[in-house]
Amino acid sequence: MRRAAFALLLAAAALPVAAQDKLPPAPYAYTQLEDPAQEARAKALMETLRCLQCQGQSIADSDAPIAGDMRSQVRLKIKAGDDPEAIRAWLVQSYGDYVSYAPRLTDATWPLFAAPLILLGLAIVLLRRRFGGKGA
Amino acid sequence: MSAPAKPSRWALWLPVALFAGFIALVAVGLWRPASRDVHSAMIGKDLPRFDLPAAVPERPGLAQGDMLGGKPRLLNIFASWCIPCAAEAQQLEQLRQLGVEVDGVAIRDKQDDLAVFLARNGNPYTRIGADPVSKIQFDIGSSGVPESFVVDARGVIRYQHIGVIAPDQVQMILARLKEAEQ
Repeated sequence: MRRAAFALLLAAAALPVAAQDKLPPAPYAYTQLEDPAQEARAKALMETLRCLQCQGQSIADSDAPIAGDMRSQVRLKIKAGDDPEAIRAWLVQSYGDYVSYAPRLTDATWPLFAAPLILLGLAIVLLRRRFGGKGA
Repeated sequence: MSAPAKPSRWALWLPVALFAGFIALVAVGLWRPASRDVHSAMIGKDLPRFDLPAAVPERPGLAQGDMLGGKPRLLNIFASWCIPCAAEAQQLEQLRQLGVEVDGVAIRDKQDDLAVFLARNGNPYTRIGADPVSKIQFDIGSSGVPESFVVDARGVIRYQHIGVIAPDQVQMILARLKEAEQ
Protein backbone atom coordinates (compact mmCIF):
# COMPACT_ATOMS: atom_id res chain seq x y z
CA MET A 1 0.00 0.00 0.00
CA ARG A 2 2.70 2.36 1.08
CA ARG A 3 4.79 1.38 -1.89
CA ALA A 4 1.89 2.08 -4.25
CA ALA A 5 1.38 5.51 -2.70
CA PHE A 6 5.07 6.21 -3.13
CA ALA A 7 4.95 5.15 -6.77
CA LEU A 8 1.99 7.45 -7.31
CA LEU A 9 3.89 10.31 -5.72
CA LEU A 10 6.83 9.65 -8.03
CA ALA A 11 4.54 9.61 -11.04
CA ALA A 12 3.03 12.92 -9.97
CA ALA A 13 6.48 14.41 -9.55
CA ALA A 14 7.40 13.30 -13.05
CA LEU A 15 4.41 15.03 -14.64
CA PRO A 16 5.95 18.50 -15.05
CA VAL A 17 8.82 16.91 -16.98
CA ALA A 18 6.39 15.24 -19.36
CA ALA A 19 4.47 18.52 -19.66
CA GLN A 20 7.40 20.48 -21.05
CA ASP A 21 7.02 22.46 -24.23
CA LYS A 22 5.56 20.89 -27.35
CA LEU A 23 7.40 22.99 -29.91
CA PRO A 24 9.72 21.18 -32.30
CA PRO A 25 13.41 21.62 -31.47
CA ALA A 26 15.26 24.67 -32.78
CA PRO A 27 16.63 24.27 -36.35
CA TYR A 28 20.16 23.15 -35.42
CA ALA A 29 19.45 21.53 -32.04
CA TYR A 30 19.64 18.01 -33.45
CA THR A 31 20.89 18.74 -36.95
CA GLN A 32 24.55 18.92 -37.84
CA LEU A 33 25.97 21.71 -39.95
CA GLU A 34 26.36 20.91 -43.63
CA ASP A 35 30.08 21.70 -43.62
CA PRO A 36 31.96 18.97 -41.67
CA ALA A 37 34.75 21.35 -40.69
CA GLN A 38 32.26 23.82 -39.22
CA GLU A 39 30.40 21.01 -37.45
CA ALA A 40 33.67 19.79 -35.92
CA ARG A 41 34.36 23.29 -34.60
CA ALA A 42 30.82 23.57 -33.22
CA LYS A 43 31.05 20.12 -31.61
CA ALA A 44 34.34 20.94 -29.90
CA LEU A 45 32.83 24.12 -28.48
CA MET A 46 29.55 22.51 -27.43
CA GLU A 47 31.40 19.88 -25.44
CA THR A 48 32.90 22.62 -23.28
CA LEU A 49 29.69 24.56 -22.61
CA ARG A 50 27.60 23.73 -19.58
CA CYS A 51 23.94 22.86 -19.83
CA LEU A 52 22.25 25.29 -17.44
CA GLN A 53 19.44 22.93 -16.55
CA CYS A 54 21.30 19.63 -16.04
CA GLN A 55 24.40 21.23 -14.70
CA GLY A 56 26.78 18.28 -14.78
CA GLN A 57 26.37 17.87 -18.51
CA SER A 58 27.65 19.75 -21.51
CA ILE A 59 25.12 21.05 -24.03
CA ALA A 60 26.45 18.43 -26.44
CA ASP A 61 25.32 15.69 -24.02
CA SER A 62 22.04 17.12 -22.78
CA ASP A 63 18.52 16.62 -24.08
CA ALA A 64 17.07 19.54 -22.12
CA PRO A 65 15.19 21.97 -24.41
CA ILE A 66 17.39 24.89 -23.34
CA ALA A 67 20.51 22.87 -24.26
CA GLY A 68 19.03 22.14 -27.68
CA ASP A 69 18.29 25.83 -28.17
CA MET A 70 21.83 26.72 -27.12
CA ARG A 71 23.30 24.16 -29.56
CA SER A 72 21.23 25.71 -32.31
CA GLN A 73 22.55 29.19 -31.49
CA VAL A 74 26.12 27.91 -31.36
CA ARG A 75 25.80 26.16 -34.74
CA LEU A 76 24.13 29.18 -36.35
CA LYS A 77 26.92 31.44 -35.15
CA ILE A 78 29.61 29.02 -36.34
CA LYS A 79 27.79 28.83 -39.68
CA ALA A 80 27.84 32.62 -39.85
CA GLY A 81 31.62 32.43 -39.48
CA ASP A 82 31.97 33.40 -35.82
CA ASP A 83 35.07 32.36 -33.92
CA PRO A 84 34.29 29.64 -31.31
CA GLU A 85 36.03 31.62 -28.58
CA ALA A 86 33.91 34.68 -29.43
CA ILE A 87 30.79 32.54 -28.96
CA ARG A 88 32.12 31.32 -25.63
CA ALA A 89 32.81 34.94 -24.64
CA TRP A 90 29.23 35.87 -25.54
CA LEU A 91 27.84 33.20 -23.19
CA VAL A 92 30.34 34.01 -20.44
CA GLN A 93 29.21 37.63 -20.69
CA SER A 94 25.63 36.51 -19.98
CA TYR A 95 26.18 33.76 -17.43
CA GLY A 96 29.68 34.23 -16.07
CA ASP A 97 32.47 31.64 -16.12
CA TYR A 98 30.08 28.96 -14.85
CA VAL A 99 28.73 28.31 -18.34
CA SER A 100 32.15 27.34 -19.67
CA TYR A 101 34.03 24.15 -18.80
CA ALA A 102 37.29 25.57 -20.12
CA PRO A 103 39.00 27.18 -17.13
CA ARG A 104 40.32 30.70 -17.57
CA LEU A 105 43.24 32.25 -15.75
CA THR A 106 41.68 34.93 -13.54
CA ASP A 107 42.30 36.53 -10.16
CA ALA A 108 40.21 33.80 -8.57
CA THR A 109 41.64 30.80 -10.44
CA TRP A 110 45.39 31.46 -10.57
CA PRO A 111 46.12 29.44 -7.39
CA LEU A 112 44.76 26.35 -9.16
CA PHE A 113 47.32 26.78 -11.91
CA ALA A 114 50.10 27.83 -9.55
CA ALA A 115 49.63 25.08 -6.95
CA PRO A 116 51.13 22.20 -9.01
CA LEU A 117 54.15 24.32 -9.93
CA ILE A 118 54.71 25.31 -6.29
CA LEU A 119 54.37 21.70 -5.13
CA LEU A 120 56.77 20.51 -7.83
CA GLY A 121 59.29 23.14 -6.81
CA LEU A 122 58.90 22.12 -3.17
CA ALA A 123 59.41 18.46 -4.05
CA ILE A 124 62.58 19.25 -5.99
CA VAL A 125 63.99 21.23 -3.06
CA LEU A 126 63.16 18.46 -0.58
CA LEU A 127 64.61 15.72 -2.77
CA ARG A 128 67.78 17.74 -3.36
CA ARG A 129 68.22 18.15 0.36
CA ARG A 130 67.73 14.48 1.03
CA PHE A 131 69.61 12.91 -1.84
CA GLY A 132 71.63 15.77 -3.25
CA GLY A 133 75.34 15.81 -2.72
CA LYS A 134 75.57 12.01 -2.50
CA GLY A 135 76.54 11.55 -6.12
CA ALA A 136 78.52 14.76 -6.29
CA MET B 1 57.11 4.23 26.38
CA SER B 2 60.57 5.61 26.37
CA ALA B 3 61.51 5.46 22.70
CA PRO B 4 64.07 8.10 21.76
CA ALA B 5 62.42 9.48 18.56
CA LYS B 6 58.88 9.79 19.81
CA PRO B 7 56.67 11.66 17.34
CA SER B 8 54.96 14.69 18.83
CA ARG B 9 51.31 14.50 19.84
CA TRP B 10 50.60 17.14 17.27
CA ALA B 11 51.80 14.91 14.42
CA LEU B 12 49.73 11.98 15.70
CA TRP B 13 46.52 13.92 15.79
CA LEU B 14 46.98 15.67 12.48
CA PRO B 15 45.55 12.88 10.27
CA VAL B 16 42.52 12.56 12.57
CA ALA B 17 41.95 16.30 12.40
CA LEU B 18 42.23 16.23 8.61
CA PHE B 19 39.73 13.38 8.46
CA ALA B 20 37.31 15.21 10.76
CA GLY B 21 37.63 18.28 8.57
CA PHE B 22 36.83 16.23 5.50
CA ILE B 23 33.76 14.70 7.18
CA ALA B 24 32.61 18.20 8.19
CA LEU B 25 32.98 19.38 4.58
CA VAL B 26 30.91 16.45 3.28
CA ALA B 27 28.27 17.01 5.99
CA VAL B 28 27.89 20.68 5.06
CA GLY B 29 27.53 19.72 1.41
CA LEU B 30 24.84 17.18 2.29
CA TRP B 31 22.75 19.26 4.64
CA ARG B 32 23.20 22.66 3.11
CA PRO B 33 23.78 22.03 -0.59
CA ALA B 34 25.01 24.96 -2.60
CA SER B 35 22.36 26.80 -4.62
CA ARG B 36 21.98 25.53 -8.17
CA ASP B 37 20.77 28.92 -9.42
CA VAL B 38 22.76 30.39 -12.25
CA HIS B 39 22.88 34.14 -11.75
CA SER B 40 22.96 36.43 -14.72
CA ALA B 41 26.19 38.31 -15.30
CA MET B 42 24.25 41.05 -17.11
CA ILE B 43 23.16 42.99 -14.03
CA GLY B 44 24.22 46.61 -14.47
CA LYS B 45 24.60 46.15 -18.21
CA ASP B 46 22.42 47.31 -21.08
CA LEU B 47 19.54 45.15 -22.16
CA PRO B 48 20.78 43.53 -25.41
CA ARG B 49 19.03 44.24 -28.67
CA PHE B 50 16.09 42.00 -29.49
CA ASP B 51 12.89 42.31 -31.48
CA LEU B 52 10.33 39.59 -30.85
CA PRO B 53 7.04 39.17 -32.71
CA ALA B 54 3.70 39.19 -30.88
CA ALA B 55 2.99 35.92 -29.09
CA VAL B 56 -0.79 36.49 -29.02
CA PRO B 57 -2.92 38.75 -31.24
CA GLU B 58 -4.27 40.85 -28.36
CA ARG B 59 -0.86 42.14 -27.26
CA PRO B 60 1.99 43.68 -29.28
CA GLY B 61 5.37 41.99 -29.52
CA LEU B 62 8.37 43.13 -27.54
CA ALA B 63 11.57 44.82 -28.66
CA GLN B 64 14.45 46.21 -26.65
CA GLY B 65 13.42 49.72 -27.71
CA ASP B 66 10.00 49.26 -26.09
CA MET B 67 11.67 49.02 -22.71
CA LEU B 68 13.30 52.45 -22.77
CA GLY B 69 12.06 55.65 -21.14
CA GLY B 70 9.36 56.23 -18.56
CA LYS B 71 9.51 54.17 -15.40
CA PRO B 72 11.43 50.96 -14.62
CA ARG B 73 9.71 47.86 -15.97
CA LEU B 74 9.55 44.21 -15.13
CA LEU B 75 10.63 41.79 -17.86
CA ASN B 76 9.04 38.43 -17.13
CA ILE B 77 10.38 35.31 -18.86
CA PHE B 78 7.63 32.70 -18.80
CA ALA B 79 5.85 29.96 -20.73
CA SER B 80 2.44 28.35 -20.76
CA TRP B 81 4.02 24.91 -20.24
CA CYS B 82 5.78 26.13 -17.11
CA ILE B 83 3.68 25.08 -14.14
CA PRO B 84 5.19 27.47 -11.57
CA CYS B 85 4.44 30.34 -13.98
CA ALA B 86 0.72 29.81 -13.37
CA ALA B 87 1.35 30.25 -9.65
CA GLU B 88 3.18 33.50 -10.34
CA ALA B 89 0.44 35.08 -12.48
CA GLN B 90 -1.50 36.49 -9.51
CA GLN B 91 1.55 38.31 -8.17
CA LEU B 92 2.24 39.80 -11.59
CA GLU B 93 -1.39 40.96 -11.76
CA GLN B 94 -0.98 42.53 -8.33
CA LEU B 95 2.12 44.38 -9.55
CA ARG B 96 0.25 45.56 -12.64
CA GLN B 97 -2.56 46.94 -10.46
CA LEU B 98 0.08 48.80 -8.46
CA GLY B 99 1.12 50.56 -11.67
CA VAL B 100 4.06 48.40 -12.77
CA GLU B 101 4.48 47.74 -16.47
CA VAL B 102 5.05 44.02 -16.88
CA ASP B 103 6.43 42.93 -20.25
CA GLY B 104 6.54 39.23 -21.04
CA VAL B 105 8.54 36.91 -23.24
CA ALA B 106 6.95 33.53 -23.89
CA ILE B 107 9.64 30.88 -24.29
CA ARG B 108 9.11 27.98 -26.73
CA ASP B 109 5.37 28.53 -26.71
CA LYS B 110 2.44 27.88 -29.03
CA GLN B 111 -0.11 30.61 -29.58
CA ASP B 112 -3.07 28.34 -28.71
CA ASP B 113 -1.46 27.09 -25.51
CA LEU B 114 -0.58 30.62 -24.52
CA ALA B 115 -4.14 31.85 -25.14
CA VAL B 116 -5.48 29.11 -22.83
CA PHE B 117 -2.86 29.95 -20.20
CA LEU B 118 -3.70 33.67 -20.27
CA ALA B 119 -7.45 33.00 -20.17
CA ARG B 120 -7.03 30.77 -17.16
CA ASN B 121 -4.44 32.74 -15.17
CA GLY B 122 -5.02 36.31 -16.31
CA ASN B 123 -2.96 38.56 -18.55
CA PRO B 124 -0.91 41.12 -16.62
CA TYR B 125 1.34 41.85 -19.61
CA THR B 126 1.53 45.09 -21.59
CA ARG B 127 3.45 43.32 -24.35
CA ILE B 128 4.29 39.69 -24.99
CA GLY B 129 7.09 38.71 -27.33
CA ALA B 130 7.39 35.16 -28.66
CA ASP B 131 10.80 33.49 -28.49
CA PRO B 132 10.52 29.94 -29.87
CA VAL B 133 14.29 29.30 -29.65
CA SER B 134 15.11 30.80 -26.20
CA LYS B 135 17.57 33.23 -27.77
CA ILE B 136 16.77 36.09 -25.40
CA GLN B 137 17.65 33.89 -22.45
CA PHE B 138 21.22 33.44 -23.69
CA ASP B 139 21.50 37.19 -24.24
CA ILE B 140 20.33 38.24 -20.78
CA GLY B 141 21.67 35.33 -18.75
CA SER B 142 18.42 33.57 -17.92
CA SER B 143 18.57 29.81 -17.43
CA GLY B 144 14.95 28.86 -16.82
CA VAL B 145 11.34 29.92 -16.45
CA PRO B 146 10.00 31.86 -14.69
CA GLU B 147 12.57 34.58 -14.25
CA SER B 148 11.99 38.32 -13.90
CA PHE B 149 14.34 41.20 -14.64
CA VAL B 150 13.99 44.78 -13.41
CA VAL B 151 14.96 47.06 -16.31
CA ASP B 152 15.38 50.78 -15.64
CA ALA B 153 14.30 53.66 -17.91
CA ARG B 154 17.72 53.77 -19.62
CA GLY B 155 17.40 50.10 -20.53
CA VAL B 156 19.90 48.85 -17.94
CA ILE B 157 19.20 45.48 -16.28
CA ARG B 158 19.15 46.19 -12.56
CA TYR B 159 17.96 43.02 -10.88
CA GLN B 160 17.27 39.38 -11.67
CA HIS B 161 14.70 37.34 -9.78
CA ILE B 162 15.08 33.60 -10.34
CA GLY B 163 11.94 31.52 -9.98
CA VAL B 164 8.41 32.44 -8.97
CA ILE B 165 7.70 35.85 -7.42
CA ALA B 166 5.98 34.56 -4.28
CA PRO B 167 3.13 36.56 -2.66
CA ASP B 168 5.48 37.74 0.10
CA GLN B 169 8.04 38.93 -2.47
CA VAL B 170 5.81 41.48 -4.21
CA GLN B 171 6.92 44.26 -1.83
CA MET B 172 10.56 43.35 -2.42
CA ILE B 173 10.07 43.55 -6.20
CA LEU B 174 8.38 46.94 -5.77
CA ALA B 175 11.36 48.11 -3.74
CA ARG B 176 13.73 46.93 -6.49
CA LEU B 177 11.70 48.82 -9.09
CA LYS B 178 11.79 51.93 -6.88
CA GLU B 179 15.55 51.53 -6.52
CA ALA B 180 15.86 51.36 -10.30
CA GLU B 181 14.30 54.82 -10.61
CA GLN B 182 17.59 56.37 -9.50
